[in-house]
Amino acid sequence: MAAVRDETATARTIVIDVPGWPGHLAGQHVDVRLTAEDGYSAERSYSIASAPPDGQARSQTVELTVQRLPDGEVSPYLTQTLQVGYPLELRGPIGGWFVWDPDGPAAAAPVLLVAGGSGVVPLMAMIRERAAVGSHTPFRLIYSVRDPTALLYGDELVRRERAGDGLEVRYVYTRTAPAGSGQPTGRINAALIASAGWPPEESPAMFACGPTGFVEAAADLLVRGGQNPGAIKTERFGPTGGKA
Amino acid sequence: MSDYMDGNMLGGTLGELFSMDVTSATVTCVSCGASWAIAQTRVYPHAPGMVARCPTCDAVLLRLVRGPDRAWLDLRGVTCLQLAMPGA
Amino acid sequence: MGIVSPGFSGRRRSAGEKLPPGQYLVNDFPVLSAGPTPRVDTGRWELRITTETGQVHRWDWAAFQALPAEEPIVDIHCVTKWSKLGTHWRGVSLDTLLDGVETSAGFATAKSYGGYTTNLPLADLVDGQAWVAFDFDHEPLDPEHGGPARLLVPHLYFWKSAKWLQGIDLSDHDTPGFWESLGYHNYGDPWREQRYWGD
Repeated sequence: MAAVRDETATARTIVIDVPGWPGHLAGQHVDVRLTAEDGYSAERSYSIASAPPDGQARSQTVELTVQRLPDGEVSPYLTQTLQVGYPLELRGPIGGWFVWDPDGPAAAAPVLLVAGGSGVVPLMAMIRERAAVGSHTPFRLIYSVRDPTALLYGDELVRRERAGDGLEVRYVYTRTAPAGSGQPTGRINAALIASAGWPPEESPAMFACGPTGFVEAAADLLVRGGQNPGAIKTERFGPTGGKA
Repeated sequence: MSDYMDGNMLGGTLGELFSMDVTSATVTCVSCGASWAIAQTRVYPHAPGMVARCPTCDAVLLRLVRGPDRAWLDLRGVTCLQLAMPGA
Repeated sequence: MGIVSPGFSGRRRSAGEKLPPGQYLVNDFPVLSAGPTPRVDTGRWELRITTETGQVHRWDWAAFQALPAEEPIVDIHCVTKWSKLGTHWRGVSLDTLLDGVETSAGFATAKSYGGYTTNLPLADLVDGQAWVAFDFDHEPLDPEHGGPARLLVPHLYFWKSAKWLQGIDLSDHDTPGFWESLGYHNYGDPWREQRYWGD
């Protein structure tokens, strides 16, 4: 582990040096395995948060943003025990379906990203990749969290949106909205999807990620809104928000 | 009850068995005929092995056991596996 | 063995007690499942024991509850390496259920609502080794742990203790069940660490 960055009170980005890292596509994940001295091991999957290395700067670092789960077995270790210099066993990159490839055949289609809680991590990799390669493919992110303190990458998203190169972000607060904003709280619904998403005529590529219930609700709303089910890709994080 | 994950999480173990990414492969359910990408299947990961079920009819599509020095894969729940290969 | 993670010990207690090889003690009761949790109403629940000659013995919930029950306290060992010691159950012994069942079969297949199966020698179901359990820890057995009733065979790995028990088929032939047909050991003795084929 090379460095850490606290994202929120309970989430941390860990930067890992991986000699010989072959590169990855935005949306892919790694499997992390922890092994105790007596051989006991636990494994979890984490989405890669960093943009893939571009052709010029061959990066050997991989960033994971880990949300500490109250009764987790692996996340407390990664967010509290792991120190710079500690070894970490990874397998990956994994996944070829839930990916956005700026060079792929559908790269020009506008993109809708729908994030529930820590489900924003692989979608952030897509946003970072888009910026790294200078793509102007229109991206819209709908990002649902409990309250503003739970936002990951809050400042970075504001900065990227202000860059004015085609990224738009709509925040949804399910419990507490920012003070003074007057924004109502609540879950994603049909009206929000219609106003913050792309109309079906634009044939967007859609990615939804987060807890199982959230992802299913989002996919259902998109289909009911007339979107092509075949263009919706989902990644479920499991009921508590952690991947397996 | 949403106690399942999806087939994206099979990518790690299937990746040990196949040289291509298999989560994008399409499978056709023997029971109901529906076709799904493996990434879209309902995976019950907390078991002695992994079980992927059809999102349409819940039938078992594939099962995977990873032992210390062997792996077992049962694909009897699908008529076939279709993988995209790099084209000519 | 993987790369050791300094400072990692995981979610388990130190094994002061004697455990089968390769097992770890846990505080919670992990839920393992190969599919959606069946929701079986006791109003429509039925347990069937079918002999090798096709003779069917049935109990509905009332008849089952009217049978004498026992309160075994047993250690359980899952092939995924967790163990729990001293677990409290209430259930009907297979000796009670098989009393009055005429059979010379050598093998049994336990079948669950939802389609799961597991096989074991009939000899391992009798002589106080197995129960159909309906209470755990003095509470009705939760659906996610196999309620209304599950098989309990603690001397074998816990995948043999079929949840959501629907029936037991007796046979002269041994038919590998759900996991036994995909690499898991046909018998499954935790003390001989019989996890996979050939162990």
